Amino acid sequence: MTNHWIDLKNSDCILIMGSNAAENHPISFKWITEAQKNGAKVINVDPRFTRTSSKSDIYAPLRSGTDIAFLGGMIKFILDNKLIAEEYVLNYTNASFLVNKDYSFNDGLFSGWDAKAKKYDRSTWTFQLDANGVPLRDLMMKDNLCVINLLKKHYDRYNLKQVSKITGTSEAELLEVYKTYAATGANDKAGTIMYAMGWTQHTVGVQNIRTMSIIQLLLGNMGIAGGGVNALRGESNVQGSTDQGLLFHIWPGYIPSPNGKIAKLEDMLKRRAQSKDPLSLNWWQNEPKYIVSFLKSLFGDKASAENEFGYPWMPKLDEGKPYSWLDLFDEMYKGSIKGFFAWGMNPACSGSNATKVRKALANLEWMVNVNLFDNETGSFWKGPETIPENVATEVFMLPACVSVEKEGSISNSGRWMQWRYAGPKPLGNSLPDGDIIMELGLKLKELYKEGGVFPDPILNLKWDYMADHKFDPHKVAKQINGFFVKDVKVGDQEFKMGSQVPSFAFLQNDGSTSCGNWVYAGSYTDKGNMSARRKQEDAPNKIGLYPEFAWAWPVNRRIIYNRAAVDPKGQPYDAKRWVIQWKDGKWIGDVPDGGQPPLVGPDGQPDPKAKHPFIMTVHGLGQIFGPGLNDGPFPEHYEPLECPVEKNFMSSQFTSPTAAHYGTSADTFATCDPRYPYVGTTYRVSEHWQTGLLTRPQPWLMELQPQMFVEMSEELGALKGIRNGERVKVSSARGSLECTAVVTKRFKPMKIAGTVVHQVGMPYNYGWRWPTSGKEESANLLTPSVGDPNTRIPETKAFMVNVTKL
Amino acid sequence: MSKAFFVDTTVCTACRGCQVACKQWHNLPAELTTNRGTNENPPDLSFDTYKVVRMREEVIQKKLNWLFFPEQCRHCLSPPCLDTAGDPRAVYKDEVTGAVIYTAETRFLNADDIISSCPYNIPRKSADGTLAKCDMCNDRVHNGMMPSCVQTCPTGAMNFGDEKEMKELAQKRLNDVKSRYPEAKLLDAEDVRVIYLTLYDPKLYFKYAVASNSDVNLTRQLALKKMFRPLTAIASRVLQA
Repeated sequence: MTNHWIDLKNSDCILIMGSNAAENHPISFKWITEAQKNGAKVINVDPRFTRTSSKSDIYAPLRSGTDIAFLGGMIKFILDNKLIAEEYVLNYTNASFLVNKDYSFNDGLFSGWDAKAKKYDRSTWTFQLDANGVPLRDLMMKDNLCVINLLKKHYDRYNLKQVSKITGTSEAELLEVYKTYAATGANDKAGTIMYAMGWTQHTVGVQNIRTMSIIQLLLGNMGIAGGGVNALRGESNVQGSTDQGLLFHIWPGYIPSPNGKIAKLEDMLKRRAQSKDPLSLNWWQNEPKYIVSFLKSLFGDKASAENEFGYPWMPKLDEGKPYSWLDLFDEMYKGSIKGFFAWGMNPACSGSNATKVRKALANLEWMVNVNLFDNETGSFWKGPETIPENVATEVFMLPACVSVEKEGSISNSGRWMQWRYAGPKPLGNSLPDGDIIMELGLKLKELYKEGGVFPDPILNLKWDYMADHKFDPHKVAKQINGFFVKDVKVGDQEFKMGSQVPSFAFLQNDGSTSCGNWVYAGSYTDKGNMSARRKQEDAPNKIGLYPEFAWAWPVNRRIIYNRAAVDPKGQPYDAKRWVIQWKDGKWIGDVPDGGQPPLVGPDGQPDPKAKHPFIMTVHGLGQIFGPGLNDGPFPEHYEPLECPVEKNFMSSQFTSPTAAHYGTSADTFATCDPRYPYVGTTYRVSEHWQTGLLTRPQPWLMELQPQMFVEMSEELGALKGIRNGERVKVSSARGSLECTAVVTKRFKPMKIAGTVVHQVGMPYNYGWRWPTSGKEESANLLTPSVGDPNTRIPETKAFMVNVTKL
Repeated sequence: MSKAFFVDTTVCTACRGCQVACKQWHNLPAELTTNRGTNENPPDLSFDTYKVVRMREEVIQKKLNWLFFPEQCRHCLSPPCLDTAGDPRAVYKDEVTGAVIYTAETRFLNADDIISSCPYNIPRKSADGTLAKCDMCNDRVHNGMMPSCVQTCPTGAMNFGDEKEMKELAQKRLNDVKSRYPEAKLLDAEDVRVIYLTLYDPKLYFKYAVASNSDVNLTRQLALKKMFRPLTAIASRVLQA
């Protein structure tokens, strides 16, 4: 979230699209309800009428996988009706930049398409620069190559008729949503978006979010109270795991992992493009400090300037090779991975194309399952259609204790790091994850002392996070915050060796600071553990920031990009719900995004010390034209890999040209195939948690949602002779399962380009281990292993199925 | 001071945290259920289930609505069940909170009479005839805590407090929604301690949302029973013994 949960109450218009907040983030409705009571409008766009829709002022259905068409239509509506927040767009976004003359978009493909390599050469997705290397801008925004005019041209095709034809949403419904949301372009109105996996889990997942980001920039909704782009994370600490670099493509603090071509540390420290615009803060010029401090945190005294702070010991990606979830299981399926730790995960149910995943597990020599309970993953060898004698995988179960039995922190969707004390002692032999991983590391060190391939990284790893032979979360939290390795003078401030760094501004690139994650610097200082704070006083602006309740990264900033919430003179666009303001020569309110003065001084003259507000981007401005992604600088509608239509009505390019595909015999697809005529989608229910490992063995929750089900319209029920509550079979090109039919008014057939399209939906929260009947299975047996070209998240939200009577 | 609930169905999301919290506080066993083609489960109140969120799909003025109604005992101001039981050892009213409380002694009474006297069809019996229903978390309330269903509610659908305060809250909320939803109303607000606010015809939410008329037909029968109560109560005790 750019904003945070409480801030939802500040909104005038809440668009809930790609999420089902009422069911999957129930507490969010505390704040949504408050906003509604204050007069806010809630809009819900979803293929299915959900508990969220029931509480919304406007509900509009759409066909799964057509969000870009829907939102592209909104961009056109905003531009055609001149509803943009003009001053904001001009000053705070790259709308006025002139794009490279060689940039083009033609019939679904952007310039630079390499049909053979199936990827883009992005060298034309750039800006024209002046003699000093500063991007050229047309402040009148008249030039045809101006970002805003290219945007206008790009979305010109997204007229109501065309959008309705693709999405199945009626023109009247589209208009109602567009009008209501676009009204937040007014300076004193705030609109926000709440999205989750309904947007990410598509072959155009990142571009779904990009489309909305463009809308938020056009309407001046970024940085303000009640605005922003808000990802509702699917697990209480998933934000924390991403922050700490759990994924393959980043180190902690969103530092991109180096590939093998970046052989030397100095190459890594120099790789960031810098803007020549003097008004750009060029944030990432600080990256070397974060990288070196991170290496120091890994290797301690063993990291020195002489040995590149241990950089040669760090793993490097093969250039262009992804190592995502889909890729790991693809390799496992092909037999190239021998060992596997399933740590707090249940891929046999949560992995897209779970049939492939389960077969892949049988190719392992060994698997270690670290979890609270045995699950479908640990027991895959005795699962349905598996003959135990034919499986050679040796499975070890390490019992982990439950979250309330251990001390540590979680970081919520709003970036709040919240410390939690341990409750009851762990039961039986179960241990906190920290103890398991510490013991594992110690054992590895012991074994590598006897030799092994490339022992240096393990032997040199600083591994001192135990006290009295037990994992100490405070030691880790302090290391993540960072400390001075020796006496250091920064500016006129002196710091003693061993003292905690007060914030990332004090990190150094010479090895004198050690910091596990620069975005968390400031969370655990010499003043104490900031995340354990629980003060319940609001900040003076009274918009629910509660600055001394827990700690938010970065630097306790509660609303990021907040420098865009004020006009060029530093005065709030919305005086009622101001986030920051420039008063008596300084910023007050939330922690500002950089302390530099406003663009324009009190005398009306530009202030040379000022900086652009979007400090993390190269040129310091919000990116309406976004050159950094693999699939294009503007979002474009492509059909899901499996879809019910024979062509893309926007262009000749049927599906995303850059989507991640896999080629094993388990990667089967069927598009426009009469055997699988209905659009399928997956979701969660309020009553179960993730794959249900914690909730399916819980009788009170099983009582509420006892069985796997498929929801369908009354019309489809009638067509197939399926009665409500009867057991049916749902199948896709990849697998099938049995479940209970919920025939409901909440799904409706849609008219797509003149033909009737039926949609069905299933939860993924089930698996054969519980309930013990073994008949309630995960919807992921049906979902495809195809992914987004940027994140490689699988497309589990739009695929094709059949439903038949049993 | 006597207490009341205000149940604002207009903000209920049917997360059903209240249903689970109720079971947790009262340590009630789960029922073995099946999916019957609806999210609503268990199918009905029972000896082991004091609260069920009713979920109804209704098209009103051409618009689909999903109406949620967290059903529970209304703790009537003049509880017909208490009258029917006629035995304060089995059914009594807590003088402080106003909660209508059933005890294990209900097993000595005629359960079906008591059940049929309830205008909201709330009490349920066990195999041995003991009756059970929502007890307003009277033990919690006496210790300064909220009923567990209220404690767990994320949206403010479940509210609890002094009777006067709840009545004011209910009236204020009704006033807020009335202009947009002319059919909005507070259900049987003068007769109960659990005041529901609905936006549409309450019968669309649940058939027992408002007091049923059937109790009128029972009046004569009840009156007769009342006359003979001491005898029947004693007789049933003798029989049970």
